[in-house]
Amino acid sequence: MGIVARVSGPVVIAEGLDNGKMFDVVRVGDLGLVGEIIRLVGNTATVQVYEDTTGIRPGDKVENTGQALSVELGPGLLTSIYDGVQRPLDVLKKNLGDFITRGFVAAPLDEKKVWEFTATAKIGAEVSGGTILGTVQETPLILHKVMVPPGVSGTLAALKSGNFTIRDPIGSVTTKTGSVPLGLSQKWIVRVPRPVQQKLAPAIPLLTGQRVIDTFFPVAKGGTACIPGPFGSGKTVCQQQLAKWSDADVVVYVGCGERGNEMTEVLATFPNLQDPKTKRPLMERTILIANTSNMPVAAREASVYTGITIAEYYRDMGYDVALMADSTSRWAEAMREISGRLEEMPGEEGYPAYLGRRVAEFYERSGRVIALSPDQRAGSVTVVGAVSPPGGDFSEPVSQNTLRVTRVFWALDAALASRRHFPSINWLQSYSLYVGDLEPWYRDHLARDFGPLRQRAIETLQKESELQEIVQLVGVDALPEREKAILDVSRMLREDYLQQSAYDDVDTYTSIGKQYRMLRAILSFGDQEQDAIGKGATVGQLQKLPVRQKLSRMKWIPEGELQASFDRLETEMAEAVASVTAGGV
Amino acid sequence: MASTKPKAAAGAVSSSDMPIDYRTIDRISGPLLFVRDIERAAYGEIVEITLPNGERRQGQVLDSRKGLAIVQVFGPTMGMDVETTAVRFMGKVATLAVSDAMLGRVFNGLGEPRDGGPRIISDKELEIVGNAMNPYSREEPSEFIQTGLTNIDMMNTLVRGQKLPIFSGAGLPHNQIAAQIVRQAKLRNSSESFAVIFAAMGITSEEANFFLKEFESTGALERTVVFLNLSSDPSMERIITPRMALTTAEFLAYERDMHVLVVLTDMTNYCEALREIAAAREEVPGRRGYPGYMYTDLATLYERAGKIHGRKGSITQLPILTMPADDITHPIPDLTGYITEGQIVASRDLQRRGIYPPIDVLTSLSRLMNQGIGKGRTRDDHRGVADQLYAAYATGKDQRALSAIVGEESLSEVDRIYLKVADRFEAEFVGQRPDEDRTIDESLAIGWSILSELPEAELKRLKPEFIQQYYQRTKAA
Repeated sequence: MGIVARVSGPVVIAEGLDNGKMFDVVRVGDLGLVGEIIRLVGNTATVQVYEDTTGIRPGDKVENTGQALSVELGPGLLTSIYDGVQRPLDVLKKNLGDFITRGFVAAPLDEKKVWEFTATAKIGAEVSGGTILGTVQETPLILHKVMVPPGVSGTLAALKSGNFTIRDPIGSVTTKTGSVPLGLSQKWIVRVPRPVQQKLAPAIPLLTGQRVIDTFFPVAKGGTACIPGPFGSGKTVCQQQLAKWSDADVVVYVGCGERGNEMTEVLATFPNLQDPKTKRPLMERTILIANTSNMPVAAREASVYTGITIAEYYRDMGYDVALMADSTSRWAEAMREISGRLEEMPGEEGYPAYLGRRVAEFYERSGRVIALSPDQRAGSVTVVGAVSPPGGDFSEPVSQNTLRVTRVFWALDAALASRRHFPSINWLQSYSLYVGDLEPWYRDHLARDFGPLRQRAIETLQKESELQEIVQLVGVDALPEREKAILDVSRMLREDYLQQSAYDDVDTYTSIGKQYRMLRAILSFGDQEQDAIGKGATVGQLQKLPVRQKLSRMKWIPEGELQASFDRLETEMAEAVASVTAGGV
Repeated sequence: MASTKPKAAAGAVSSSDMPIDYRTIDRISGPLLFVRDIERAAYGEIVEITLPNGERRQGQVLDSRKGLAIVQVFGPTMGMDVETTAVRFMGKVATLAVSDAMLGRVFNGLGEPRDGGPRIISDKELEIVGNAMNPYSREEPSEFIQTGLTNIDMMNTLVRGQKLPIFSGAGLPHNQIAAQIVRQAKLRNSSESFAVIFAAMGITSEEANFFLKEFESTGALERTVVFLNLSSDPSMERIITPRMALTTAEFLAYERDMHVLVVLTDMTNYCEALREIAAAREEVPGRRGYPGYMYTDLATLYERAGKIHGRKGSITQLPILTMPADDITHPIPDLTGYITEGQIVASRDLQRRGIYPPIDVLTSLSRLMNQGIGKGRTRDDHRGVADQLYAAYATGKDQRALSAIVGEESLSEVDRIYLKVADRFEAEFVGQRPDEDRTIDESLAIGWSILSELPEAELKRLKPEFIQQYYQRTKAA
């Protein structure tokens, strides 16, 4: 037992703490505030405290639990909402009321809930970390696979099916060092990545139903993406759209230092939204971690690790998991704040010198992997991190360190947002380094010509930005008809394809098959325009065609009747354009 | 303090020791006192400082270690010395006695009466640093507040429980705008009015008088609580002032079922006080010398807006800040914008052209707008009209810039219509009189009237049924 020697904000210095290890969890003061050792000098420990330290004074006791900050992993995680150190917020509400008071310890998983466990492993079998012992239907969407914890291997001595709580023993493993009991849950230290057998190359896109992402800047399952943007540019809406519509099996949404009402919105909307494939409420595959901006700063620092550890756990079961972190800038700021209190020598803009390393380590926990298991099952964790650069300036340290390690960059643009072009992903600045990796998938699963179509669309948009510079000087009328036609088709690309309303019931999600048909329709209209111009038509004439209204309403074509509707549209289009030239000019 | 042990009073930090006066100030630096030989000062504990001339001031422990406490003084340090000035540790954190009797009263930045009236006596003392609201307890704000300003109601809708700041600049009429909102804000079809908490930090007495007169003349004063810290008052008080205001707001909202509108002005002065302390403590500065924890600190204020499941009242915040040099990327508006649910941005350009209220629609935003509008709240075509107006105004402004270079003649026919739309939008839709209180239906009608300038094919963001219902009717009229 040690005593407090100094307290300043979330940092407490404790003296006389014997046997302290780095990152051990300690309890501070009579209230037992939870903290973590982040520096050791002799038996003097520096502790970052996850709760408000008001009222703590020198001489208060500090107890070491001897354990590093861990999360409990087991059935009951899904549909939960946690704070940054995995305290369930609904349990806190039940016990503390509407405001979070300090020093309260809550079990992360419901200890009383009984789960029906179906054993699948055979007694007497050799098992090791990752071996599936059996299953629990956690939600109608997700079959929870109960696994041998990493690091345990031996002979399965006992295992039974039946109804258990997470505290009941379900069996045991005889290892070289003795018998290890098995339960439905296991603990894992948040700052240590869960081990895997092998990391795989990215090969499958994480389809999100968002046209600008899936078509132009796709992220692979197991990949990393970064969304930086100034406030009001739609970061949170983007993140929420991905959480809603991406074809991951499990979604972990970390609200790190953001608005309380945003988490409320997620809580209010997700149970009412249906997964497009299964028609089940989205909440059944979702885990929320909410450490809002006014909650203690050190717990904010921990929240991203809590989130990714949970994501890795479901990955190990063989699921594709998507983790949204909104916003990693707040996480970095928490590091900065604590580093400042420690009086560490600052790096850039006051951030600690280890900022880049921590960011890289975090994103490195993503990936498509072969899990630690005899059955070679594959799973993935895709990480999408929002960044909130001060003043929208991407040259600041958090953006730059994130861009160095993430492979997709969705640059949100305040200028687009202020004209209500949403999602405000700038098509000229953004990039995806997965395009090459995913090309074969699109070719084999979607259409041979999807890659070339995508390329042509990007070139058209680039050409548009060059032409716009000329227009700024001389006006549109000075351009030749062919170039006016390029402006015309790129405007269609921008307004009818790139723009997508998150609030429209139909437009909010576009399947990849529909994306392909929409893109093909617009570009072939562009080709026909060029043809018609070659035959003497003008862009002015072509712009008056009534069929264009149908083109701009393509987004409302129901997913069920794609083939017929688009075939009809393409025919009408061709006829309409032909009528312009046939009628003579 | 009573000599008997107080039973767990609010704010107590478990101290049964008799308070002792420490005359061991080691150093005074800016607003900070370094007090030696104190063994067990609690972090955040309130201290009372007695000056050689008997005057008393308050302070708070910012850093405590064995044998040293660093105390931040709320007020000037003038007249303090190291030999005889006494520091008493009060064994509690900062609290505020709250009661219904606060309505209609004016307090200083520390919550002491400023209007010559009696002190507030109440057995209800609340800690002014409130605990964080559990996100799980929050109720999604969705009740439309009609401010009577078309620009806000139509394009940047305010809802109960929202925090929506006004980003302004020196010389812009943010005070008039705020006063008009306070005066006119109401729920649709309801006469229920808001209780108003007005917290002034470092504003001039002229500005303060403007607001007080405004509250008085509209009869709002009796449902208003005012906390005044003027520019001549100690800057350190400003750290406390908004917390006093929000603590009062929480009491009125969650224990008295009132709907509270909190006006905080000017947040720029608050942030500067924060920077002053950080500099005095020789902390590692963040951007432009503001402390690295300013985001967290501001969040502990702004996040106290909201609604709670199962409780009747609500807290809506209307912070005002002046952007130094109109720079929206300055740390104060920047960090604020990352916490608040949108922003109302005042525009110098519109102001120069004589348009009131000079609110720039394109950079303003209300993140909670969608929850507050539509069928049953405002009208089913609201979203579409707003989107279409945004797009039309943005296009019109582009055409205006373009026509300045190439001349209006070289614009196409449609583009010239857009020019006209932008002009009408600014003059009729944004512009209104300071005493003009428009209903949402009036505002929508103005919107449709402007949109009826455009050919039907341009109305891509409006559903066909609305075009039929409103566009064609407006056009025919």
